[in-house]
Amino acid sequence: MDASAATYVDALARLSLFADLTHPQLEALAHSFGEEVFAEGQRVIRQDVTGGGFYVILDGEAKIVIDGQERARLRRGDFFGEISILTDEAPTADVIATSLLRCLIIADNELKAFLLRQPSVMWRMLQIEARRLRAANVWNG
Amino acid sequence: MERVEPRPFPPGDYDVVVVGSGPGGLQAAYSLARTGIPRVAVISRDPAPGGMFRRFPVFQRLISWTKPDAPFERGTREYEWYDHNSLVGDEREHQALTPEFMDRTFDVPARSEMEAALVEFAARGGVRVRYGCEWLSTRRDEAGFVLGTSDGEYRCRIGVFAIGVTEPWFAPIPGLEAAPHYVATNAPDRYQGKSVFIVGKRNSGFELAQGLLPWARRIVLGSPRPVDTATLAFSPLSIRYLSPYTEHVRGGTGSHVVDAAIERVERHADGYRIHARGTTWEGELALDADEVIAATGFRAPVRDLPNLGVALVNDNRMPALSPYWESVSVPGIYFAGNLMQASPGLRKHGATSSSSSVVGFRYNTRLLAQHIAEKHFGLERERPSLDGDEVIPHLLAELAHAPELWTQKGYLARVVGVDGTDGIRDQGIVPLADFVDRDGVDACAVAVEYDVDGTVVPVVYVRRGGRLVETSLPPHPMHSFGTDEHRRQLAACVAPLLSRRASRV
Repeated sequence: MDASAATYVDALARLSLFADLTHPQLEALAHSFGEEVFAEGQRVIRQDVTGGGFYVILDGEAKIVIDGQERARLRRGDFFGEISILTDEAPTADVIATSLLRCLIIADNELKAFLLRQPSVMWRMLQIEARRLRAANVWNG
Repeated sequence: MERVEPRPFPPGDYDVVVVGSGPGGLQAAYSLARTGIPRVAVISRDPAPGGMFRRFPVFQRLISWTKPDAPFERGTREYEWYDHNSLVGDEREHQALTPEFMDRTFDVPARSEMEAALVEFAARGGVRVRYGCEWLSTRRDEAGFVLGTSDGEYRCRIGVFAIGVTEPWFAPIPGLEAAPHYVATNAPDRYQGKSVFIVGKRNSGFELAQGLLPWARRIVLGSPRPVDTATLAFSPLSIRYLSPYTEHVRGGTGSHVVDAAIERVERHADGYRIHARGTTWEGELALDADEVIAATGFRAPVRDLPNLGVALVNDNRMPALSPYWESVSVPGIYFAGNLMQASPGLRKHGATSSSSSVVGFRYNTRLLAQHIAEKHFGLERERPSLDGDEVIPHLLAELAHAPELWTQKGYLARVVGVDGTDGIRDQGIVPLADFVDRDGVDACAVAVEYDVDGTVVPVVYVRRGGRLVETSLPPHPMHSFGTDEHRRQLAACVAPLLSRRASRV
C-alpha cells in the first residue's frame, strides 16, 4: 500500500477541529470535501467576491489582508471563510497564501448541513470563535 | 506505393514539448502549432491518436452529449455548446467532427465514434505526433527541463503534460488490492448470476453497476460518501447511470447503495468478505460477495514529476495547478487535457468546472497555448479594438451564446479592457480566477454562473482603479440574457469604465 495515499485522512485526523470524529466520519469528510493546494502569493478567498467557501489549513501559512493591509497570519489547523458564510455577505478580507498552502474546503452551501451533521465540530468552532472574540475585545480594550 | 512519413520530432532541443495524444494532447498540439512558437514537439507512447478513448469507457458509450442537429449550424462557434465531444479548430473543416461519425443510436457517441473523430481531427488539422515515444523521466537543466524518453532526450523550456488521469488508483483499504480494478472488468457476462460488491460510488462505480444490471444476481455499491442525489440528478452521470441508485431507493431488485467506510476486504476460497462501518448510520456490516471490483478511480501517471517538486493534490492523485494550469510549485510545467480539473477556479458556491471532460478542457487548452506563447515567448495574441458603443452588445452576445462561458460556468470569462492610452480592447476568454486576482488595466469580465440556489445567472465583474465590483444580473426562465433589462443593468455596471475613459480623451 502506498503510504502517502492515506495522508489526506491522516492530515484531517491531526486537526483539533476534527478531534472528536470517528475514523469512518473522517473518511466520509475526506471523501465529501476536497483539498486544494495554493501557490505562494495566490489568493484563497477574495475581499468583496461572493461564493467563497470554508477553509481549514492542513499545511502551510497564509495572511489575512484588508484593503492591502496585512492583519493576521494563519497556520495549520486555523480556519477561515466561515464568517462570510454565516452572515451571508461577501468576505471583508483577502486571504493570501504565504507559502505553499494546503487546505480542506467546504463550499458555502454545504457548511450548514455539515455542521448540523457533526455538532462536535460546530462546538469546537464556537470555542475558537469565542477565543477570537475575547482576544479582539482585549485589543480594542 | 504509399510514401512512409518519417517520424516527426526526433530527440533534441525544443521550445515546448507536449506529452500525450489523447484529446488534451491533440488540442494542445493543434493550438500551440498556431501560436507561432517555433519549435513544438509532440510525443506519445501510443501508436495512434485517441488516448483513453482508444479503450474506454469500459461499456463503450460516452456520457456527454453531441446533438447532430441543433439550433445552430455545425461548424459555428454557437454550435459547440451542443457538441460536447469535438475538439475546437480554427477552420470549418476542423470543427464539429464528432457528429459526422455518430449513427444517432443515442445523443451521446459510442467510444468508437469518439475515437474516429479524434483520429480525423489529427488528420485534417495536420497534428503531427511522434507516436511510440514514451516519456520516462524528467530532470532540470539550465535552460529548462530534460525529458527522458524511449527514443532519447528532449530538452525544452516548457513541458505540457496531457497525460490524463489514467492510472488505476486503489483506495487505501487493506485487502482491496486483491480485487480487480474497474479497468480489468471488460466482460460483463463474467458476472452472470454473481453477487458483486463495487467499492466506489462515482462515475466508474455507477457505470459498472449499470453495465452489470442485466447480468449480476446482486450488486452492492459502497463508499463513505453518501450519494448526493441533487447533484447526481443533474450531472452527466444521470443520463445513463442512475438506474442502480433508483433500484436501491425503491426497495430494489438486488441493487444496494451503502454509505460506509470499507475497513477491509478478505479474500476467501469462494469469494470475498467485506467489512464496513457506517458513515451516515451507526453500525457495522459484514457482506459476502462472489466478486469485488475496485471502482475507486484513477490517478495521473505523473512518474517522477514529484521529485522535481511538483506538488500533488486529491490524495496525491493529481498535480496542484494555478489558474493557468501551471504546477503551483514548479514554474514551466503545465498540464493539459482532463488534468486541468486540478485547477478548480473560484469554486463559487462549490461549483466545479467542466475541465475534466472534453467540453471544458478543449477551451482551457486553447487558452493555455495562447498563454504560453505570450508569457514565455512574447507572442502577443490579437486583441481587437472596440468602439464604446460596441461593448454592451458584444458582452450581451457572449453571455447569450459563448460556448466557453456556458460550458465553463464560473470558470471562464469574456474580458474587455479599457486603457486610457490603448483604448477599448477585447481581451478574449480568460480564466475567471486569473481575471479576479490580476492587478491590471481597468476592465470588465462577464461570466455565466450558478448562484447559491443553482440558478444560472449572468455575472459582471468590473475592475476600476484596482477595486473589483461584482454584480449578478437577473436570471431568465429561457436563459435569454439579452433582454432590455439585462442591457440596462449591464450598461449601468460598465458605464463608469467607459465614461472615465471618455473623460480622459
